[in-house]
Amino acid sequence: MDKANERASGLLGRLSGFMRSCLFKVLCMGPIPTHFSFIMDGNRRYAKKMDMGEGAGHRAGFFALVSVLKYCYEVGVKYISVYAFSIDNFKRRPEEVKTIMDLILEKTEGLLEEGSIADQYGVRVYFVGNLKLLSEQVRVAAEKVMEATAHNTRCVLLICIAYTSCDEIVNSVRECCKDKMEEIEDEEGDDGRVVNEHSAIQLVDIEKHMYMGVAPDPDILLRSSGEKRLSNYQLWQTTHCTLYSPTALWPEISLLHVVWGILKFQRSYAYFEKKKKML
Amino acid sequence: MDRKQKVRGFSCSIHQIGNLGLRLLWSLVHLLISIGYFVAAAAKAVESRIISSGLLTRYEELNISKLKYLAVVIESDDAVQTSKIVQLLRWLEAMGVKRMCLYDAQGVLKKSKDSIVKMLDNAVLLEELGEKDLMEKPKCMALEFASVSDGKEGVVKAANLLFAEYKELGNRDEQFFTEAKIGEALRAVGCKGPEPDLLLVYAPVRCHLGFPAWRTRYTEIVHMGSLKSMRLGSLTKAIYKFTRVRQNYGK
Repeated sequence: MDKANERASGLLGRLSGFMRSCLFKVLCMGPIPTHFSFIMDGNRRYAKKMDMGEGAGHRAGFFALVSVLKYCYEVGVKYISVYAFSIDNFKRRPEEVKTIMDLILEKTEGLLEEGSIADQYGVRVYFVGNLKLLSEQVRVAAEKVMEATAHNTRCVLLICIAYTSCDEIVNSVRECCKDKMEEIEDEEGDDGRVVNEHSAIQLVDIEKHMYMGVAPDPDILLRSSGEKRLSNYQLWQTTHCTLYSPTALWPEISLLHVVWGILKFQRSYAYFEKKKKML
Repeated sequence: MDRKQKVRGFSCSIHQIGNLGLRLLWSLVHLLISIGYFVAAAAKAVESRIISSGLLTRYEELNISKLKYLAVVIESDDAVQTSKIVQLLRWLEAMGVKRMCLYDAQGVLKKSKDSIVKMLDNAVLLEELGEKDLMEKPKCMALEFASVSDGKEGVVKAANLLFAEYKELGNRDEQFFTEAKIGEALRAVGCKGPEPDLLLVYAPVRCHLGFPAWRTRYTEIVHMGSLKSMRLGSLTKAIYKFTRVRQNYGK
């Protein structure tokens, strides 16, 4: 009986994989977003709705994330970014922050294992944000994963952690100013004369120092749970980005939402291409 | 060789027919979506009529005090339609909106700001208000006009201003750079406006089109469709829905 059930579920899995691949073949007749960004909102509401314990919503959200990553990489999206933890989220109750950080640590260490999604899909992982705000354990794990996946070239996953756009802009301005000071010091003569003339900071300098500078700007940003704000996420990078807010909570996000997001992107593609050419 | 070439040619034809079939399917999917959007737009138009007729009582009492600062993003190609923009502003004024920002990426609205303010009965430019006027309860509608130069370019100017100060200080204190300092520098270079509570987008796509990033941290971004399809009922509904939103600011 067990073997029959196993065979049946294996068959169903292969059939759904086949249908998904047919669906993606149709979708790929149009442009596919290079970068798909996600705000994973609604994990706590999901836990409340399903009468689950604390942290269970985030665990369910992790499974949704893995599915979404698989769908995106299968359809040909090269860059995916996710808002895992905002600097503002540190204001939550310490127990909740600890639960989320423990989960992040567990799943980060999981990325180092053989057969992980990073392994399966050749994903290079970046942790972007103010990593100094993280505990040493989480930071070290993140750095290990970035180093271990640095040779992967097929796809890129950017995990925004201890991140806000405002902090990103502050950091970028700081780095630009430090660079300019070094430029001036390098240009000082041997007699220590001060050089007052230096090139001004340009837009390209600011963008070079953005945490998100390792990826192109997102083409579509999906925020789950129907909220219509960006909550200090990729504000700089979303000038020409389709914003999509399905009402489903993050653990409920499915293939349909990813497909609908891509269809929305395809509908607005010509408009944004025209806008980008005008820049 | 001939046989191999025939087989290759045949599989190439099958591949091309397959691609054509997929492309037709793709086009069909998008056609169905367009029909769906057309029907949805028609339903929205009917709903908007019902709302503006006053039949739905819940929209009568708008708690406009919650909307302290409104921003409207307009597609630059439509920003030349000054009469439509003035109509939109009159509707907002009638609802009680007192402080707002009009944005279009290319600065078309900035060029016609004086004529827009003149066409309204009781409006001033926000930049003409003093600190005292800004603190008091607003008596008339104050308008700010912004463009892409107030966004990323504004941050570049602020960065250069901060660098001049940083260089003067001589030390390498990294704590010098804070969000408050950047905010101050932005105000000093003319990017003064507050963070809007609500951003209404009149464009073909839901996107903020480069509205100053520093000012949209927790701003609700609502897509209203293109300017040519603007309706009083849809505007009322968007503002009403905003007044019902509850934010926890990351907590």
